[in-house]
Formats: sequence, structure tokens, C-alpha cells
Amino acid sequence: MTTLMEEKPASATPTHAVSVAVAPAVTGGSAGGLSLANEETVLEVDQFNLWYGAKQALFDVNLKFPRGKVTALIGPSGCGKSTLIRSINRLNDLIDSVRYSGDMRLNGASILGRNVDVIELRKRTGMVFQKTNPFPMSIYENVIYPLRIDGENRKSVLDEIVERSLRRAALWDEVKDRLHESALQMSGGQQQRLCIARAISAEPEVLLMDEPCSALDPIATAKIEELIYQLKGLYSVIIVTHNMQQAARVSDYTAFFYLGRLIEYDTTEKIFTNPGNKQTEDYVTGRFG
Amino acid sequence: MSLAIRGIATDPVPPDKTRRERCTSLTARGEPMVWLTGGGLAVATLMIAGLLLLVIFNGTLTFWPKRLIKITTHDGKTFLGEITRAETYRLSPDQWKELPATEQEKIRQRQGLAQRQLLRTGNFDIYGDHFKWLADHEIAQREYPIGAWMFERQEWGVFVGFMKVVRVDGQPSTESFAQLHEAARARFREIKRIEKSEIGEVNRAIEQLRLAVRRVELKRGKDSPEHKQAVAHAEKRDAELHAEYDKLGAKVAAIRAEDARYVVEVQEVGGRTKELKLSEIVRAYPANDLNTAQRIGVYISRWWEFLTSEPREANTEGGVLPAIFGTVLMTLIMSLAVAPFGVIAALYLREYAKQGPLLSAVRIAVNNLAGVPSIVFGVFGLGFFCYVVGGQIDQMFFPEKLPTPTYGTGGIIWASLTLALLTVPVVIVATEEALAAVPSSMREGSYACGASKWQTIKRIVLPRAMPGVMTGLILAMARGAGEVAPLMITGVVKLAPELPVDGHAPFLHLSRSFMHLGFHIYDVGFQSQNSEAAKPMVFTTTLLLILLIALLNLSAIYIRNRLKKRFVGAQF
Repeated sequence: MTTLMEEKPASATPTHAVSVAVAPAVTGGSAGGLSLANEETVLEVDQFNLWYGAKQALFDVNLKFPRGKVTALIGPSGCGKSTLIRSINRLNDLIDSVRYSGDMRLNGASILGRNVDVIELRKRTGMVFQKTNPFPMSIYENVIYPLRIDGENRKSVLDEIVERSLRRAALWDEVKDRLHESALQMSGGQQQRLCIARAISAEPEVLLMDEPCSALDPIATAKIEELIYQLKGLYSVIIVTHNMQQAARVSDYTAFFYLGRLIEYDTTEKIFTNPGNKQTEDYVTGRFG
Repeated sequence: MSLAIRGIATDPVPPDKTRRERCTSLTARGEPMVWLTGGGLAVATLMIAGLLLLVIFNGTLTFWPKRLIKITTHDGKTFLGEITRAETYRLSPDQWKELPATEQEKIRQRQGLAQRQLLRTGNFDIYGDHFKWLADHEIAQREYPIGAWMFERQEWGVFVGFMKVVRVDGQPSTESFAQLHEAARARFREIKRIEKSEIGEVNRAIEQLRLAVRRVELKRGKDSPEHKQAVAHAEKRDAELHAEYDKLGAKVAAIRAEDARYVVEVQEVGGRTKELKLSEIVRAYPANDLNTAQRIGVYISRWWEFLTSEPREANTEGGVLPAIFGTVLMTLIMSLAVAPFGVIAALYLREYAKQGPLLSAVRIAVNNLAGVPSIVFGVFGLGFFCYVVGGQIDQMFFPEKLPTPTYGTGGIIWASLTLALLTVPVVIVATEEALAAVPSSMREGSYACGASKWQTIKRIVLPRAMPGVMTGLILAMARGAGEVAPLMITGVVKLAPELPVDGHAPFLHLSRSFMHLGFHIYDVGFQSQNSEAAKPMVFTTTLLLILLIALLNLSAIYIRNRLKKRFVGAQF
């Protein structure tokens, strides 16, 4: 873990960023030996069904997310990808009409029961959203927001976490001199990296990313992709994306959803080169969706 | 060119149907709507601008020192004064018959309308009137006499006439009027100061003494040993205080006696003379002999008096400082009360309450509350705040003062709370809208960080909604500062003896009645005996009230823009 952290500043130079962003797919593919059977499971989804009112959005989803790897969820709009990851940190609980059945287990412990501490769960699962959502406060306060609400006020602790999180989010060099300025003055790409820094500042076990690059330009996207690649190993990342090149570049495993059902789940290399299902093949080759 | 092509009737190629020109209907082009909406805005702007211009024009000109005109009528009478205004009117048949033929002819040329002007002659103590209408056909001669003076007096309105001689102890003085007048005014202010602060202090001490005795009486019973002791102590102290009082009274009497030595003899235009005490002249100037710089000096001095001193002559002259003070303080207390109240209510409505028919009903009721006549709020404020709440406070904390009420009558706190009640719907509606406008992505971001609902509201939603809340507060302040009707029965008075803030603990006396610019306008304009003289003051006070509200609003807008910059940002 620490070695990865130290490497960060060196690889965060802009020229490097673009080339590295494309490289992972090759690296991931050529590393070989990846197999779901060999992975340790961090989060298990078990017979999960979800309804919005009378409309069922997810059907019998069974899925095991590997620890320390990047898992991409792909599929056409409305197939339930976002619904699934919003169920993991139970943001769907905020919607009155949502009902669900089945189970999810984080490190073996159920997270869907009535008596589960949702606030604690959300601290263990950081989330990055499609729309950048920095809070209306300083960069510094944004990063330590999860700790502030926990009542952590020791400056030395907070300073250390701010630096560590911003370094991991590849943002430290750009903002270290203006940590106390408003986060709303940053560019869109910086804001999204700030949101990532915020999501990882509380050291979550799972990092949920809901189309983190869909509102960003290609250069900002490349930076975020590089960042996701580097976070691999530190966190178990689950990323929802519409962009199949992105899924191919950043993820180790890919799950394809269609109409609320999990169609195929395998290593990214297999999904994109030799899918076992006709629908998957049609989707990844761009024949529909 | 296109016309030429279409002109060929026997063109073998059929004309392109999709490109055929046709007349779009007027509604499709939308031009009438541009005119309608633009016209509506223009009418509204014109009305507002007209009102403002009227107020500004009259308000700024009031204090300009006009020249004094001497008018001699055909029957030999003379009048001296300022022309206040002029108007045309129609003569009655009797008056018409008495006119000489030449005058009749002149009036006939002007469609039978005669011209007359209102002359502010002053000298109420001699003439029994402040103003005189003079028609053009009565006037034989007009002139602007050199050496005509305008004396603004502490009482009896202005004196217009000529300065004859300044006397000290009955002998003509060698010193100039200006020097002696300055000294006399200093003595006058000294008397005021002694009466107000030193004698006021003694009176306060006597009152405190009486209250202390009464307190012991209420606690221990009448004729108890403690009570007797307190009475004895009070009698001793009372005697000391009365001695002090007499001493101060003697001091004032001495200054008064000194004052009486200095007089100025003045003569009105008809030749009658009068002696004026120098100390009772507020301001005097030779109206026809001033150059522009001196006129500006008089103008500024009058504005200064208006802004910094207390009213005199039943509010028609002097300043409005207590009213400015009361208006600002009341608006501030109202804002302090209405902001938290409105925000909390809106928070529950938007964030916690379950949306449904009941909530819609509550929302409609809140909105309708804004349409209740303000006097109804006033009556409620009087009944609930003054009598019920204030009465309770009096019984619990100030029993020794009863039956004189302390909080159980109109006061600045009750007036402010009544206005807060009146304006709370505005704040609730604005806050609700601001809360609804906070993007859900921010709330979700906060929840995803593990924040509870209240943490999310406190740290994310409220700061982000703050500019919107400020907008509501600005609207509430604008409405509250200009409101008069509910104040008239909850604490505003014509003339407040003391400001709500002074040097005695607890410094801020929320139970005191106060003066208000809006009520001042009503009082000066419609309740004073000398309403003609008060008219310019109405405009000036209105101008001041408008400026004050604009200033309050501008500062609130400044704060809002700073909040906006901080919390809303320029992105997206």
C-alpha cells in the first residue's frame, strides 16, 4: 500500500497521464491468470430483487465483487447498474417507493437488514457520483467532511488525512496552496477528483463510482481513469460506466446487465474479446445499446 | 430577383410548394406580446419613477431657503413671507362682481381662472395664522426687500420681519447678533441637558426608591419591620434627592435669568414690533441678502437638524432622529425574530414533514397569512403580546410597578414581534424555495459520506440555501420597515420621551414605546394642526424612509451576494 502511495507524485505528470490511461487494458489483459474463482470476495450480492413501486428494476442478481480489484458494471440505460450500486450503500432507502428482497454481505456480514447501522455502512462504502458534487465549503473541509461529521477535530489528524487523500486522488500538487479556498472555484475534473478524495478520506472498503467521467472532458477523464487504475489494490472499486472503452481500460472484471438482469460476469478481457453470451457480444461490439 | 422569377406565369417548372411565402399570423410572430409585456413594464416603471421623482423633488427642495417677498395689496395692506405654492381657481359670482373691469378682462382671457399664491407669513402670535392666500388681482406691488429676516423659533413657528436692534439688559448691544445668538443657543442646550440627564437622573433615583419600598411591601407585607425600615431609609434618601433636585432647579433658573437679558427686537412688515429671546431662536438668516454659498449653508444646517435632533412644534419642525432610530431598531429586532422562526418552519415543511394533503393545506394557509390585513395582526399583537404575554411578565418580574405596566403595554419588542408575525410567511415561502433548489446530488453526496439528516441539513443544505433565505429576509424587511398600521396599536407613539437605547442598564429597553418614520409621516401629514406647514416635512420624511429602507435592503443584498459567492459558486 505504502509503495503505491509514494509512487503517485512521479506518475501524476500530465504527459504521463494520457499514455498510462490507455495502458492498463493491455497490462490487465497481459497479466493473465485473472479468474473470479481465485479472488477473495469483498461484497456478495445474493438473489437481489428490487422494485420501484410496482415496477421491478433488478431480477435475482447474484454477484461476488473481488477485493482490491476494479469491477465495471456495463449495460444500456435503465438496465439497473446504478440502482445496484446505490443499493450497496442504501441510498435507495431515501426513495419511499423502493422495496427489495435478497441479501448483500460486506465481508460476510449482511448490510440490508433493518438493524444495520446505515450511517456506519456508508462510511465503509465511499461513493463518487455522475454529477460532481463538491460541497459549498473549502477544499480542505470537503476532503475531511466524513471525519468532521464523526466529530474528528484534531488538526494534526485532519491535516494528515487531507494530504494523504488528495495525494491518492492526484490532486495534491494542484491545490496544496489553496486548500482553504472554496471548492466551487475548481474545474470540473478537479471537482471530481476532489469528490474521489472525499470518498476515500474515511478509508472505505468499497469505493462505488457511478459514471464518474460522464460529465468530464477527455483529458479530465484520462486523469480519473489513471487514478482509478492506481487506486486498485488500495480499495475494491465498483464502477458503473456507459463508456465501454473505459470499462476495458480500467477494470479487471466486468458485469453486463440487461433489463435488470445480470447477463454475464467475467474478466474484462473475456467479456470484450470472447463473450459467452450473444447479447453481451452485441452490446460490446456496438450492435445495440 | 425572386419577384421576377415568380412573375413568369407560364414557368414550366411547378413552384416549390414548401418555399411558398405566406403571411404568418400575428400571434405566431408574437409581436403583440412583445408590445403588451413591454408596455406593462413601461407603465409600472413610469408609475414608480413618477412617485419617486415627486418625493425626491419635494423632499430635497423643502429645506432650501426661499427669498422673502413683500406684497402690497390694492387696499394698502402689506404682507411679507415665502411663496409656498400657487394655484388657479374660479371666483365666486360675488367676488367677480366686485372686481374692476380691467381685472375681469384679464381673468376672462385665461378661461375665467384666477391665479393665487399661498404666502407663508409666519408670525402666528401676531396674525393668528401661518399662511395667507393672495390672488393676483388683489396685488398692487411685489418686491424683495433688503434686510428681511426669517427667524425660526423654538415655538410659535417662524417670525418673518426686520431686525431692529439686539438688546442686553434693555441697552442696545455692541456685539453682533451672530455671536450673542451662538452663546444663547449654547445656554439653551445646557438647560436641555440638565433637564434631561441630571434632573432625569434624580427623578429616576426617586422612582427607584419608591419601587424598592413597594417591593419590600409586596414581599414582607405592609407595616412589617422590614417595610418600616425601608420607608425610613427611603424618606431620608428622598430628602437628599429633593435637595439635589432643588439645587439643579436653581441652576436652571440662573441660566434662564441670564438668558432673559438677551433679546432682539424685531418688526413685522406692518410695523408692529416684538421682542424675541435670543435663546428661543433656532436659526435666523436675512433671506434676501444671502449669496448661493450662504444659502447652501442654511440648507445643510437644516438637513443636519432634521437628521440629528428631536422634533419640536408637534413634530412639524425640527428633526426625526428618534424616528430614524426607532425604525432601524424595530426592523433589526424584527429580522432577528423572523429569520430563525421562518427558517425553522420552512425546514420542517420541506425536509421533515411527509408531503401530502395536510402539508399542502398548511402551505396554503401560510401563504394566505400574508394576505391578512396588517391591522388584524396589530390587534392580535396588542391582545396577545401586550396584554397576555406582557401582562404575565409584569406580574412575574415587575409587580412593584403595577398598576403602571412595563411590558404590559405597547413597546418596541411587541411591535417588532407583531411585524415578525406579519412577515414570517414571506420568509417561509422564500426559504422553502431555496431549500427545494439545493441540488439532490449534494444531499446524496452528504448521505453517502455517512452524514445523518440533520448533519446534512446543517452543513450542506442550509449554507447552500442561505442566499435564498436572505432574499426572503430582504423582502420581509422591506415590507416590515414600511408597515405602519399594526405599529400604531402595538407601541408607536407620536413623541417618545426616551430612546429605546440609553446609558442605563440594561441599555436596551425593549419595553419602551418608540417613534417610527412611517407613523411620523401619518402624524405630521394628517394629525397636526398646522398641516400646511407640515406638508413639506411629509415629503422629506418619506424621502428619508425610502432611503433608509433602500439602505437596509442594499446591505442585505450585499451580504446575500457574498454568501452566494461562497456557497453557490460559478460552476454549471
